[in-house]
Amino acid sequence: MQEKILLEDIIQRFGKKEALKGITLHVKSGEIFGLLGPSGAGKTTIIKIMTGQLRPDQGSALIDGMAADRMTGTVYRRIGMMMDTPGLYARLSCYDNLKLFARLYEIPESRIREVLQKVGLTEAAGRPVDKLSKGMKGRLALARAVMNEPDILFLDEPTSGLDPATTGQIHELILEEQAKGTTVFLTTHNMAEAEKLCGHIALLCEGSIVEEGGPQEICRRYNHRKRIRIRLYDGRNLEIGCGKETECDEKTAEVIKEYLKQGMVETIHSTEPNLETVFLELTGRKLD
Amino acid sequence: MLKKGHGVDMKKIKAVFLKQAKDTMKNKTILIQFVMFPMLAVVMEKFVSIEGMEEHFFVRMFSAMYIGMAPLISMSAVLSEEKEVCTLKMLLMSDVKPIEYLLGTGSCIWAACMTGACVFGVVGEYEGKEFLSFLLIMAVGTAASLLIGAAIGTWSRNQMMAASLGVPAMLFFSMLPMLSMFNEKIGRIAQFTYSEQIRLLINGLGQQTAGFESVMILILNIFAAFGCFALAYRRCGLA
Repeated sequence: MQEKILLEDIIQRFGKKEALKGITLHVKSGEIFGLLGPSGAGKTTIIKIMTGQLRPDQGSALIDGMAADRMTGTVYRRIGMMMDTPGLYARLSCYDNLKLFARLYEIPESRIREVLQKVGLTEAAGRPVDKLSKGMKGRLALARAVMNEPDILFLDEPTSGLDPATTGQIHELILEEQAKGTTVFLTTHNMAEAEKLCGHIALLCEGSIVEEGGPQEICRRYNHRKRIRIRLYDGRNLEIGCGKETECDEKTAEVIKEYLKQGMVETIHSTEPNLETVFLELTGRKLD
Repeated sequence: MLKKGHGVDMKKIKAVFLKQAKDTMKNKTILIQFVMFPMLAVVMEKFVSIEGMEEHFFVRMFSAMYIGMAPLISMSAVLSEEKEVCTLKMLLMSDVKPIEYLLGTGSCIWAACMTGACVFGVVGEYEGKEFLSFLLIMAVGTAASLLIGAAIGTWSRNQMMAASLGVPAMLFFSMLPMLSMFNEKIGRIAQFTYSEQIRLLINGLGQQTAGFESVMILILNIFAAFGCFALAYRRCGLA
């Protein structure tokens, strides 16, 4: 797969503080790439560099083969963005907000109704933005980001502070975009979101990438305990297996088989960590 | 950052213009800037009559004050608001060049001011060539004021900063023409400002007294305003 986004050894300083310390990221075409990290880790700075808002002190950022700080109108037309602040005209209606961008992108007006319907804002089309809830504003910002059918979509904390229902709708929209072949780069500090959406993630802490890979692959990589947790119908919670040797694994299988045979198993789980635990192990910090 | 080429696309300028026109109609604080002085002129001309007062005194005074206030405050407020709420950033990242944004927004505010100027022209009973000369003087003055407003808006990070810079500038340029009528010393300072020259040029309409000096001062004011804008743009960028 072709690489759509390429960051090589990016260093960004703000005064004496080094906000990004040699970031290297490769995002393949058509994948959803998640950048996970707590607040202040440098996620928005990376998005700003990738969208040409910030020129790094060192390193190179290529978007679809073009230097991010030299992106031309042709490239800008092929990318969609949803930044940390929605950047919507508060006094204008949802429809008028999108109409401005339809005019700029020379998109037919019929597309406005289409995207409003997609994000569930058809009824609110004529409502001024300052009368919308936070979730509705988020959906409108996403509608604007996908209106020009972008090749690459940058989403900075797209579901931050939203209720679960709106979050679910936004997730569906992101997956729909990916299904159409759009490359999605999203930042989040929500590990469930990353696990649900992303094919590839990078964990960012204090300006450095501390781990990278598929979400499940990373969790498996840090599965030191390799045990099986079983809850039996009689209320007992068991943790079995050591996972160090084949013999031991065979023994574990026998034990589990026995419980299953007797119909005693209520639930059964492996003990690999989640992304939160991995992040905690790597950095000593929580993701939130 | 977000600096791009210099070619302009009329479609984008039109899109920004139409957006600004719609937004202005819904923004009461900006709308009042365009309406207040023309309305005052209508009311004062109709109902206030003082013996010995020059004909259309209020039109002449208020039109100069209008030029010093409406374009300056509106442009700085619109620009700083767009910066504060990041709408300008979104426009620039949607392939709108800074010059296209400034032309679209500036021409909308300019058009709104010229509508007000037409009201002054009608109330002042200017006709034919005189009416056109009046509008030309107002158009040049509006352009100078717009540039100062753009410089303040570009320099400011948010609306509060724009207000704290814009209000003194507005008071300076809009009040000087009025104060200069009553105080000779102030008049000596005021003569170097575009708003005072606008007043003098308007007063001279029909008397063939529009001097070379006034035109030169106006041009110098426009250059100085452009210089301020260029400095602000170089230092802060548009977004």
